[in-house]
Amino acid sequence: MDKIEKILMKGTDAIGEAAIQAGCKCYFGYPITPQNEIPEYMSRRMEEVGGVFLQGESEIASINMVLGAAASGARAMTSSSSPGISLKQEGLSFLASLELPAVIVNINRGGPGLGNIAPSQGDYYQATRGGGHGDYRMPVYAPASVQELYDITMKCFDIADLYRSPVMILGDGMMGQIVEPVILHGREDIELPPKDYILDGAAGRPSRIVKSLILDVRLMEEHNWKLKRKYDLMKRDLPLHEEFMTEDAKMIVVAYGTAARIAKGAVKRVRANGFQVGLIRPITLWPFPDEAILNLTKKAKLVLVFEMSTGQMIDDVRLATRGKIDCEFYGRPGGVVAAPQEISRIIERHWLQWELS
Amino acid sequence: MKKVFTRPKSLKPAPFHYCPGCGHSIIHRLVAELIDEMDIRGKIICIPPAGCAVLAYNYFDIDTCESAHGRGCAIATGFKRALPDRIVFTYQGDGDMAAIGTAETIHAANRGEIITSIFVNNAVYGMTGGQMAPTTMLGQKTTTSPYGRRSKVEGYPLKITDLIAQLPGAAYVARTSVATPAKVMATKKALKRAFEIQISGLGYTLVEVLSPCPTNWKVSPKEAFKFLEEIMEKEYPLGVFKDIG
Repeated sequence: MDKIEKILMKGTDAIGEAAIQAGCKCYFGYPITPQNEIPEYMSRRMEEVGGVFLQGESEIASINMVLGAAASGARAMTSSSSPGISLKQEGLSFLASLELPAVIVNINRGGPGLGNIAPSQGDYYQATRGGGHGDYRMPVYAPASVQELYDITMKCFDIADLYRSPVMILGDGMMGQIVEPVILHGREDIELPPKDYILDGAAGRPSRIVKSLILDVRLMEEHNWKLKRKYDLMKRDLPLHEEFMTEDAKMIVVAYGTAARIAKGAVKRVRANGFQVGLIRPITLWPFPDEAILNLTKKAKLVLVFEMSTGQMIDDVRLATRGKIDCEFYGRPGGVVAAPQEISRIIERHWLQWELS
Repeated sequence: MKKVFTRPKSLKPAPFHYCPGCGHSIIHRLVAELIDEMDIRGKIICIPPAGCAVLAYNYFDIDTCESAHGRGCAIATGFKRALPDRIVFTYQGDGDMAAIGTAETIHAANRGEIITSIFVNNAVYGMTGGQMAPTTMLGQKTTTSPYGRRSKVEGYPLKITDLIAQLPGAAYVARTSVATPAKVMATKKALKRAFEIQISGLGYTLVEVLSPCPTNWKVSPKEAFKFLEEIMEKEYPLGVFKDIG
């Protein structure tokens, strides 16, 4: 795609189109609200570009279809929402151990259990702690605009190939449904490692095995350390964040995704009232932008974490700030979307309580 | 001197770990012989199960992708959709195929997925130590049906092959046994037919192979083969249930 065009696009469609432009050849998924527009978009577009779209009989089947396609060398993805992502955890653990690249989208909804279909950030722990069984991690991106959904989805396919790892995009119902202008662009050509692990029939080469069963404990330990070294590289190279009005900030709000959009509005409001408040928005939730947060909070006096949950990312903020600064928390779980006024009131209340003036 | 019997090229020179009298080694050999004879080693991909045959990749000298328990047909679907000109087969046990993987199996068959499933039925969970399988026969004692399988408590033996034969997506469905040399040869013939029909692209192909498990049946290999032929083949009649080729 050479021509640069700006069009109005829905979040879910931006994810789908970015995947197509990134060379995603196979999409497998199962319907669940609020992400059905992704499989619907892919069912239409994959036919046009000669890719594979298949609606699996379950989320479990879909993630395993992704696994098969990834092991065959194809760029593959799946998408779902919270309860469906729980079902995919077995497959995620296998993808991590088998070191197969894949992109997994979670349009987070209210929970636990069936919950509801409203925007939520209750899956932070599940996403950033691996989620499935075993000692693994995976990069998790939390875009906060339709443009970022497009850019990050495209980037995730390269990250997956570079590190041979599943990569998750964590959105929420708001991110999926929002309609914004997007500049569509093609994929930047970057150098990727050769796919020397794929199974396509052992023609003219020795046969290959893709497996995670390692019965010898010493070899399993070696495999765990090998993965750890890879995760260390990710921690060094992948953290991404955005700062907003942080230069002189005495209070730093930390929020991601939709919550960060709301918090940004709130920061603008309190700034107008003379409060020196800034926002830091982690774009990668794992690896977490520890260093940026630590540096930023050196000059500040208070951190306020705002999440659409009862408080999950706050643990990572506390780890990042190493107890050097007080962290307050405000959460709206269950699918409630707070208005910026509500957050600006909370900010001002903490400002006064902590006597930051 | 002319060699009349050799190891198939598609089998690695590794001794099987399977128990004495187990059917897996026979079935492995049949599959490897066929891959050689049909000259498809360079385009075939195997998806072994979680189960006794999880280590099939130690024996088959072909591209092999491990699967989580029961997910073989979904993984095979991913491969086949991405690489439609390759030959893809799952190798699954009864628990893998007909309990934890029932949904993946039935739906792959119903989609007419152009893959082959080799379903080794020995009526028990072998690798985990002889627990009750979906295919365990009524009255059969296992470590989790110590009083013998009772229909009122544990339900009935599941004949998934018969179910799949009803599906329009299934192109070839057969049940064979390895109880006698003649039946072993019939098994090879059925496997060949399944691969041929897969290559023709006609739909899902399935060969269920009844196979002895003397270790978990707690009988000698000789008695196990007798049980296989006299008891198991009665519960699971042999035959070709469907062949649209």
